[in-house]
Amino acid sequence: MQAPDFQLKRDAFGRLVLTAADGSVCEGVVPVRAFPISAPGEGIALVGPDGHEAAWIERLDQLPQALRQLVEEELARREFVPEIRRIHEVSSFATPSTWKIDTDRGETTLILWGEEDIRRLGKSGLLIEDSNGIHFLVRDINRLDRASRRLLDRFL
Amino acid sequence: MISANNHGVDQLSALPDAWRAEIEAGLGADESLQVWLETDLDTGLRYSRGLVALTNRRLLALQAEEPKRREWTFQPELSLLHHDHAGVGTLELRDAASCLATWRYTIGQNPAAQRLFDEFERQLESRLSGRPVERPPEERCPKCNTLLEPGQEECPVCAREIHAPPSTRTLLRLGRFARPYRWPLFWGFILTLISTAAAMVPPYLTMPLMDDVLIPYQSGKPIDAGLVVLLLGGLLGAAVLAWGLGWVKTYILSLVAEHIGSDLRTATFEHLMRLSLEYYGGKRTGDLMARIGSESDRICQFLSVHVLEFATDMLMIAMTAVILFSVDPWLALVTLLPLPFIAWMIQLVRHRLRIGFEKADRIWSEISNVLADTIPGIRVVKAFAQENRETQRFRAANAINLTVNDRVNRIWSLFSPTVTLLTEVGLLVVWAFGIWQVSRDQITVGVLTAFLAYITRFYTRLDSMSRIVSTTQRAATGAKRLFDILDHVSSVPDPARPVRLGEVKGRIEIRDVGFRYGNRSVLRGVDLTVEPGEMIGLVGHSGSGKTTLVNLICRFYDVTEGAIRLDGADIRSLAVADYRRNIGLVLQEPFLFFGTVADNIAYGKPDASRQQIIDAARAAHAHEFILRLPQGYDSLVGERGQGLSGGERQRISIARALLIDPHMLILDEATSSVDTETETEIQKALDNLVRGRTTIAIAHRLSTLRRANRLVVLDRGRIVETGNHDELMAREGAYYRLYEAQARNIDVDLDETAEPGWKMEHKAKDE
Repeated sequence: MQAPDFQLKRDAFGRLVLTAADGSVCEGVVPVRAFPISAPGEGIALVGPDGHEAAWIERLDQLPQALRQLVEEELARREFVPEIRRIHEVSSFATPSTWKIDTDRGETTLILWGEEDIRRLGKSGLLIEDSNGIHFLVRDINRLDRASRRLLDRFL
Repeated sequence: MISANNHGVDQLSALPDAWRAEIEAGLGADESLQVWLETDLDTGLRYSRGLVALTNRRLLALQAEEPKRREWTFQPELSLLHHDHAGVGTLELRDAASCLATWRYTIGQNPAAQRLFDEFERQLESRLSGRPVERPPEERCPKCNTLLEPGQEECPVCAREIHAPPSTRTLLRLGRFARPYRWPLFWGFILTLISTAAAMVPPYLTMPLMDDVLIPYQSGKPIDAGLVVLLLGGLLGAAVLAWGLGWVKTYILSLVAEHIGSDLRTATFEHLMRLSLEYYGGKRTGDLMARIGSESDRICQFLSVHVLEFATDMLMIAMTAVILFSVDPWLALVTLLPLPFIAWMIQLVRHRLRIGFEKADRIWSEISNVLADTIPGIRVVKAFAQENRETQRFRAANAINLTVNDRVNRIWSLFSPTVTLLTEVGLLVVWAFGIWQVSRDQITVGVLTAFLAYITRFYTRLDSMSRIVSTTQRAATGAKRLFDILDHVSSVPDPARPVRLGEVKGRIEIRDVGFRYGNRSVLRGVDLTVEPGEMIGLVGHSGSGKTTLVNLICRFYDVTEGAIRLDGADIRSLAVADYRRNIGLVLQEPFLFFGTVADNIAYGKPDASRQQIIDAARAAHAHEFILRLPQGYDSLVGERGQGLSGGERQRISIARALLIDPHMLILDEATSSVDTETETEIQKALDNLVRGRTTIAIAHRLSTLRRANRLVVLDRGRIVETGNHDELMAREGAYYRLYEAQARNIDVDLDETAEPGWKMEHKAKDE
């Protein structure tokens, strides 16, 4: 485990403050994953409020515990990709269609504008974009229950 | 403007029931609710209801799981912060030292949050200073916060948001297209009726042939030649009649079907043309092509062949049933016994088949998508030697097509033979029951033969009738996919009562405009007024929102927040075509349609005279090179203007813009894809074009904007600086840095594409 050449702390406003190796301070950095879907744990940039990259984290799991926790907390505050656990009901098989779903973040509804808003991820994953631009994840279609799978299948 | 107090009462009654009591009870004597925001996420980003309410004294917050109400009384240094990321909005309350609270909500709640945010500042300011609330004299839509025109009751944004899916009984909706042809359809139906009836005659005649001619002969009586001739004549006559009528009805109905199909195609294309760029952004060319091309053809096929056959068959079954029952009810009952079975089977398979066909169609689109992707990009494919990879992609799509169709065929292949089997069994039953009845002298041999003749006919028809299931399903899915397009409401809709556009002066006001693409916020709080005849240069890094702003001005998209006005009228209240007629657009990649050079120049004004075309070409410095082409103005230019260089194409597109004599001109990187020499030519052409028009120009090469009255510097969706070149240079801000970076030939963030030409130009200057 290699210590990073920067320091990170959270200020009273809840912002992350980065102190680089040369002593320069950057307030309000945000962690951004480079490959949020294919490799979430690798390649995380800390981006300053001006949009410039302030630091680069090669792998999340190589960070010291405290630092890693800060980054993960901040990621959790920013990332919103509810994972669909179950599809209760779809209003129609023609789009736009309103789905009642269960996610890892609670129950909600999503409006699907068109079948092309469903993107395939690898062999059995799906990323579904709703009418508000929120992305919903289906990690593995085969792990959904039969009824949900059947509903989903009509859109694939 | 409604008074603050009234406003409060309205707000309270509009509050969802779950919160109203709680809020109402907590209000002080002269306290009134101003605005509220229903949040749908908690701070851990789980779905959960909450409420943030603003009164004229304080901010209140409720959360579904927490019984306790939180509140913050107005005090100096309290401030709200409002931002969004990836579809989630955040509202932060702070004082001077720290963050007091945060609320999260999904982006749909954004307008309400924006309103809360705006009102918070006003109320806080008023409370602390003791002055009454100052509200801008404008009305906003209560739902989405869009600026409303004075006197406009319906919000143009909310009116268009339709989330209801199209009806699933899609095929019936084809009725709309059938209505113009109701008379030919009516006659077609009558003819079908008569010809089917005529076809019923021959089996009926087998009864007298059997009972009055053949059986008596077997029992020793001579054959009655006259009767035989009469009966055979009847057979022939019925056959010929059925043939003639069948011919006419098939012709009429096919004609109608063809017309309906073609109307459907045209209507879909027409509608497609009206849809906004947003729609095209989300669709793939191949898919749209497949829909309009093959789906409409499939529907046409269905209407002309299958519906016709099916209707004939249904009539035949009905008539046969009537005849059979009138001859012998018991035998008729036995004959028709398998029918319900078959109907049940059809029902069973129907559902599965439809899903299968829908999938097959979607896969078919996927195949055309690969084609539509690869063929235009063939240069890239070849340059990177990725032919195999594309073939692989095509093969993969094809393989899915195979599996899907295989699944359909598996059900389907079982279906047909089963129907045949049922038919055979049915015949067997009729034979058995018939022989039994003949043996008991209940019916004659003639009746039995007639029955057998009838049912062999309609059982064989049942087989083809069962096929109607699949063709109907296919046609229905085809219709659904077409209606998907037809039902799509343009996201830049024409207003119901468009404001007439009088003499256009060309004053463009951009008021507090925000735009979001998906969940990415591209523009925020852009305010800009362009005076008539003024030239504005838009400058900024790539991705700073320049093109988006221009797209909004052209109304290719509608703003998410705020408004754009032309001469004081919101562009959403104008008829789209009327508005765009006043805009001349010159793009980085000029698009030439297949046709002659003259056609391409006159694209925006097809009735232009030859003289006008030549004048426009002259002004665009295109005249001379056009004359050098083998057929001058009559030369054909290809799909993407092959055979012409980039600069030549660009000048044709400038001529195109000049010809319509627009009041507003938009130049989106008009010179960045050509070399310096050509650029000088184009620049001269542009100078002609810009004269006297309100112009908004985007350019990477800052030097090309030297004629601009003002330069507007955009950075990450906001305007950061405005002024002319000298002012901005003196300010040493963002523009200065951009300019310096270009002057030093260091590419900071600009796209490389602009660089080589720019370097050359500066070298030339240096010398």
